[in-house]
Amino acid sequence: MSELVYRNKESTKIDSGLNTKNRSARAFRSKKEEKRYWFLLITFIALGLLASYGLLVYNNPVPVSSPSFIPVVKRRMVAIISMVIAAICQSLSTVAFQSITGNRVITPSLLGFEALYSTIQTSTMFFFGVSAFISFSGVGSFLFQVIAMVLMCLILYGWLLSGKYGDLQLMLLVGVIIGTGLRSLSTFMRRLLAPSEFDILQARLFGSVNNADPAYFPIAIPIVIITAIILISFSKKLNVLSLGKHVSTALGVKHQIGVILGLVLVSILMSISTALVGPLTFYGFLVATLTYQVASTYDHRYIFPMSLAIGFLIITTSYFFMYHVFNAQGVVSIIIEMFGGITLLIVLLRKGTL
Amino acid sequence: MQKNTIQTMARAESSQPKRCNNNRIWTKPFILAILLVVILGIISLFTGVYDIRGQEDGLRMFFVTRVPRTIALMLTGAAMSMSGLVMQLITQNRLVESTTTGTIEWAGLGLTIVYLLFPAPTLVQRMTGAIIFSFAGTMIFFFFLRRVKLRSSLIVPIIGMMLGAVISAFSTFIGLVFQMTQNIETWFVGSFAPVQVGRYEYLWLIVIVTFFIFIYADRFTLAGLGQDMTTSLGLNYNNIVLLGTGLIALAVGIVAAVIGNLPFLGLIVPNIVSMYRGDDLRSNLPWVCVIGMGTITVCDIISRTIIMPFEVPVSMILGTLGSVVFIVVLLRQRRSR
Repeated sequence: MSELVYRNKESTKIDSGLNTKNRSARAFRSKKEEKRYWFLLITFIALGLLASYGLLVYNNPVPVSSPSFIPVVKRRMVAIISMVIAAICQSLSTVAFQSITGNRVITPSLLGFEALYSTIQTSTMFFFGVSAFISFSGVGSFLFQVIAMVLMCLILYGWLLSGKYGDLQLMLLVGVIIGTGLRSLSTFMRRLLAPSEFDILQARLFGSVNNADPAYFPIAIPIVIITAIILISFSKKLNVLSLGKHVSTALGVKHQIGVILGLVLVSILMSISTALVGPLTFYGFLVATLTYQVASTYDHRYIFPMSLAIGFLIITTSYFFMYHVFNAQGVVSIIIEMFGGITLLIVLLRKGTL
Repeated sequence: MQKNTIQTMARAESSQPKRCNNNRIWTKPFILAILLVVILGIISLFTGVYDIRGQEDGLRMFFVTRVPRTIALMLTGAAMSMSGLVMQLITQNRLVESTTTGTIEWAGLGLTIVYLLFPAPTLVQRMTGAIIFSFAGTMIFFFFLRRVKLRSSLIVPIIGMMLGAVISAFSTFIGLVFQMTQNIETWFVGSFAPVQVGRYEYLWLIVIVTFFIFIYADRFTLAGLGQDMTTSLGLNYNNIVLLGTGLIALAVGIVAAVIGNLPFLGLIVPNIVSMYRGDDLRSNLPWVCVIGMGTITVCDIISRTIIMPFEVPVSMILGTLGSVVFIVVLLRQRRSR
């Protein structure tokens, strides 16, 4: 430990934290930061709840006393639930993915989940026709899609991460390219469809928070909760994995198994989010980056809750403002994407390494 | 025209001091490749729904649509594959190309903004917008690459594609706000279907670009060695990079405005050529040109015949095939490491 302190002497910031009297392997550098963390966490959760309450009841066309008030709220509740699911999936999976890959500028959406989703949908229509496509809905098809996506990731990871040539970045790039190829393929197949078939397909391809199908909730919510719990209980391992292959192996964590297990959890969360609300490329990135800015810790037990709070806050407030303040309904996701993208550029320039 | 430049290059080469013998250009395989491309061109001339020989105005139709289309194919094939090669030289990264650096998306943004500024933009206006923006975009990407220390060459295309996604989200946003998403959507699928007399002539500018790339080929190779090496060899690094980016932007911008988005062409062609022929740029350049022309012509013939009498945009075929080839290239690279 003394050697570590000595080595860190140039960076006084870390030094001052380490030299306090009650120095220990805590998640935070000082009591003050810990206090700040809890304060911000509670504030964000409160603001998020406020925004979702606003989304539920603000600007409701019928008065509270009317009997149709509850159905309206129920309809809006569906949107809120899908927002919560999207927030959980995207925030947790992005944070975990960035720790596993040891790179804070990439997101799991790069792996082409949304391309695979639209390819599955399009090829169902293409090969089996309208009637099969319409009957291909409900819980069974949802599960099938999620399993297909997870399976693809497993094959991809298992193939590219194992063996002596195993390489995370290669896997990422192959994932990106497979995504681009699948996108071209599905656009290609869509070109060959009859216009009427295309219309039916198009309606399903544009997933968004507002047309999420509540029929999927009974199956999606338990999966998300279980996966999230496993991932959060995986925190301590992630702390080690984020140190890189050599360090984590030296510390007694089986790096490859840990990485593949983590990536499977990430792919489950990502595919559920994609199948439910459609693609969100930079949302997870935005959430993760803000989380690192706000929570000054490397401990995933603290990063995960903060990322959840921030993810929830971002998605609810942006929908609230866009719906009730600016009256611009369609552009919410694009705006989140744009902010996420701009944040990416700033982070890249400030960080200086990749 | 294309052949002329190649010939002048060959002559220029023979006047130079001794070169390695296996770097000669006019070898048997190369002549065969040219023959193959010529045959493909002829097939392309006679592929189509309209019956040229049977109808009365067949000959006129032949010169109004088929000939321009085939010329356009040749020119864009050469332009995209060579701009990819120059990019790969300057960045010293095999996986860089206008698709993986976001250049195409920048050109799209340029087009969007031109549509925004002028109600009914002419082709020249659109082209200028696309060229300026792809120049700026490529410069920004190169700037990023120089500012940011890289731990692996594989991360470059990942970041480039993320940048591209940001830019295209931006274009989509502008499109949504000003209600012109459809223009952008049509643009993002490149197709040679609308090519005919009066709509493709600007593509001839590519010949000039090609000429300059041939002249400056060696300098680009030097620039790839890095700023220090280039300077100590007596060249101005920044000027070369600027020139290279300018040429790339011209080629990509012209193609973007006239044809549309053509993914992966600049990536697969140079990589395939250097897989078989090694990395000597000067003798590879003609090969890259010819193979580029051949590749896009084959893809276009497929796109015209696969759902006759309709057409599939060629960019989709390129995207699908290109990604497969890209992955093969990646995996081969992994084995050799």
